[in-house]
Amino acid sequence: MPLIEFSDKGLYCRQGNFYIDPWKPVDKAIITHAHSDHARWGSKYYLCHHLTKPLLQLRLGDNLYESVDWNEPVFMNGVKVSLHPAGHIIGSAQIRVEYEGEVWVASGDYKTEDDGISGAFEPVQCNTFITESTFGLPIYKWKKQPDIFEDIKNWVAQNKENKKTSVLIAYSLGKAQRVLMPLSEMGLPVYVHGAVWNVHQALVNSGWKLPEVKRVQPDTPKEDLVGNIVIAPPSADGTPWMKNFYPYSVGTCSGWMQVRGNARRRNTDAGFALSDHADWDGLLQAVKATGAQKVYATHGFQSAFSRFLNEQGIEAGEVKTEYGGEEEESKTVGENEELIIKN
Amino acid sequence: MKQFAKLVNILGTSTKTNDKLQALQDYFEVASDQDKVWVIAIFSGRRPKRIINSTILAGWCLEIAAIEPWLFDECYHTVGDLGETIALLLPEQETQNETGNEHTLSYYLQTFIRIEKEAEQVKKDFITSSWQQMDRNEKFVFNKLITGGFRIGVSQTMMVNALAKTVKVSSSIIAHRISGNWDPATTSFDDLLSETVAATDFSKPYPFYLAYAVDEDLDKLGEEDQWQAEWKWDGIRGQIIKRNKDFFVWSRGEELMTEKFPEYNHFKDQLPDGTVIDGEIISLAAPADESVFKPLPFAALQTRIGRKTITKKQLTEAPVGFIAYDLLEFEGEDIRYKSMEERRQLLERVIAKTNYPALHISPVISFNTWAELGVTRTKSRDMGSEGIMIKRKSSPYQSGRKRGDWWKWKIDPLTIDAVMIYAQKGHGRRSNLYTDYTFAVKDGDKLVPFTKAYSGLTDKEFAQVDSFVKRNSIEKFGPVRTVKPELVFEIAFEGIAASNRHKSGVALRFPRMSRWRTDKKADEINTLEDLKEMLKIYNQQGVVEATDL
Repeated sequence: MPLIEFSDKGLYCRQGNFYIDPWKPVDKAIITHAHSDHARWGSKYYLCHHLTKPLLQLRLGDNLYESVDWNEPVFMNGVKVSLHPAGHIIGSAQIRVEYEGEVWVASGDYKTEDDGISGAFEPVQCNTFITESTFGLPIYKWKKQPDIFEDIKNWVAQNKENKKTSVLIAYSLGKAQRVLMPLSEMGLPVYVHGAVWNVHQALVNSGWKLPEVKRVQPDTPKEDLVGNIVIAPPSADGTPWMKNFYPYSVGTCSGWMQVRGNARRRNTDAGFALSDHADWDGLLQAVKATGAQKVYATHGFQSAFSRFLNEQGIEAGEVKTEYGGEEEESKTVGENEELIIKN
Repeated sequence: MKQFAKLVNILGTSTKTNDKLQALQDYFEVASDQDKVWVIAIFSGRRPKRIINSTILAGWCLEIAAIEPWLFDECYHTVGDLGETIALLLPEQETQNETGNEHTLSYYLQTFIRIEKEAEQVKKDFITSSWQQMDRNEKFVFNKLITGGFRIGVSQTMMVNALAKTVKVSSSIIAHRISGNWDPATTSFDDLLSETVAATDFSKPYPFYLAYAVDEDLDKLGEEDQWQAEWKWDGIRGQIIKRNKDFFVWSRGEELMTEKFPEYNHFKDQLPDGTVIDGEIISLAAPADESVFKPLPFAALQTRIGRKTITKKQLTEAPVGFIAYDLLEFEGEDIRYKSMEERRQLLERVIAKTNYPALHISPVISFNTWAELGVTRTKSRDMGSEGIMIKRKSSPYQSGRKRGDWWKWKIDPLTIDAVMIYAQKGHGRRSNLYTDYTFAVKDGDKLVPFTKAYSGLTDKEFAQVDSFVKRNSIEKFGPVRTVKPELVFEIAFEGIAASNRHKSGVALRFPRMSRWRTDKKADEINTLEDLKEMLKIYNQQGVVEATDL
């Protein structure tokens, strides 16, 4: 029996009787990170990293949470479980599972470039590696973060010159905090959508020092926004809420912006291929660093990525999971954002 | 090249027409004259010949990026554009070429022409070393220049408008000056836009006047007697030009088609010098009697276009005629400013003097009330026409698509309910989204594919179908997914013809999805029998009485 099984509720460790990022309610859930497609409602017990706990509380309300530090082992029926930085967003973890000398690692979502806020990805040696593959094609090779930040700053400056508001579309947890860093260097006021505001407050309350932002209120005068910046989640793109800021220019921060067709479909004015997922080289580098004899690729281009690994002599299979929300153009993301605003 | 790449990038991503226009103007302000000429050429469909085919080009990319062909294909189907796929797969240079030794757009295009006939290795050396000097954006534009199909959301009209603003000449004049036969490699910017050159280029066609679809109550057009009605013929809109004893045939796409229609050679002798006629290039059944003509379905004409050499068999089976709509030049004078009524009289005189059975004047439909015309319109399909044209008698011949004086009133399309059986990812803004579908009708308990369709759904509907395809694919054949035959669509089309190239035995004209029949189940769709019945009905067209002159 494999140490981790792929069940219809999620990744399941029978020996330890726990699930990793289950998409249905279970007794014990270990959560890699607080994005809605990985952290779902309804389980009786959640284990996560200290940094993730306040975010889960924000998104899932009161539940039984237990949190641990990096590499702090927890034993569940003889199975040793520990969390290791995944570099995806604040608090994001890879889950290492060890039993009788066999080690499996479930990556959750990860990126290998250190963005300065999400923790540096830590390669973990294992026998079996379950990896995401959101951007598992060689067309996805990211520019370095400082270069993309430079592009974003130039775009904002250009908009300011044209007396337009820069509306940056960024996922409220992760991307929004990440783009805030370069933007705050520009000395312009940064306004945020309610969903971004809520995450921002939760992080500030748990001790994060983040640049100051202002929440867009119904009575925020339009003149205050001209030439300045608004950060909004994908669900706000194209809504009447956003149209109030006219004249504006929309910039979308997402790995999918690497391909022009996607940017055109979104009707965005500027696409920035800024992703919280590993690019092709990052995925390969991560897989190789684990030294794993067996790799399972999930959510993304799993079929192409696993075929490529097999051709490289790394035994790989593909697994269907129900992850892959926040960088997809999926409806569930939007619905979640709406919920947060109402709360 | 950086400048041009930046322009293409803005044009490709901008969502507002004004921004695109501004970007073009900005470009025309700063670009060198030689580059401007090339940009005009590119955006008016005058690119240099393709110097290498896509497969070889992709092969060089595979070699440099060191990836397997299957992985390239996966990438291509996700990106939906070959030039862009290659640009994304090629390694980015660590140190970019300094602007000092950057090459111009003209340099690249002229090199394409220079090495067109050279050995493959010469082309490979040029292209791969060019790649090394470019950033991703430039590579994309460069690849698009090589692979063709430079469709990036800029119409010729938009380019003309931007140019008009830059050089401060009206856009209809610009449109005329840049039309016709000119070679960007040997034409200077000043020559291109100067009047004298336009006057000596005898091949130059006038910009076509295009109609909008009637979108309101016909009563709002006013008095019926101010208007002339004609059939709307389903061929290729064209212009025939006889000047300086020379003869030219242009299509609306500004393609010179003189050689394709040997039937027209007779016009060359019979038309007086200084004549330009606007009309329809169309297949007509060989007339038994000169006073009538019988249009053949568009499919007949299709067997003729795109062929380099035309066989005797094609000439007999699909003879091509010309139905004249309008006269633009008479005795060497541009008469587009005259009223249509006056032009029509002159046109009738010209045609009457021309003794050639395949040249007809477009008959005028007499009517007293709009309602009466509406009844006539229902007979369009029997006449082999696709509806009715309504033109204001006092209208001048304008250039481009303009509202107000000319209207097209097309017949409702034919429709059939079908089930989707295959899906493939789209291109451009539909990349990585299943938007290209194949449809089937029932034949007993089998499903027979009969058409593809790509358009007619909203973005939201496409997203829903895409998600259905992803969840319900049965098999994968390269980029094609077989899907559970469950989704029913109403397919609208303009015509149907017999075809031995299709399993179903029919080929449709302009098929598209007119409605998603969420109310229908797969077993309620139409049958192959229904399609064959339509084929029978709509291919027994009547003959048209040529106007008595």
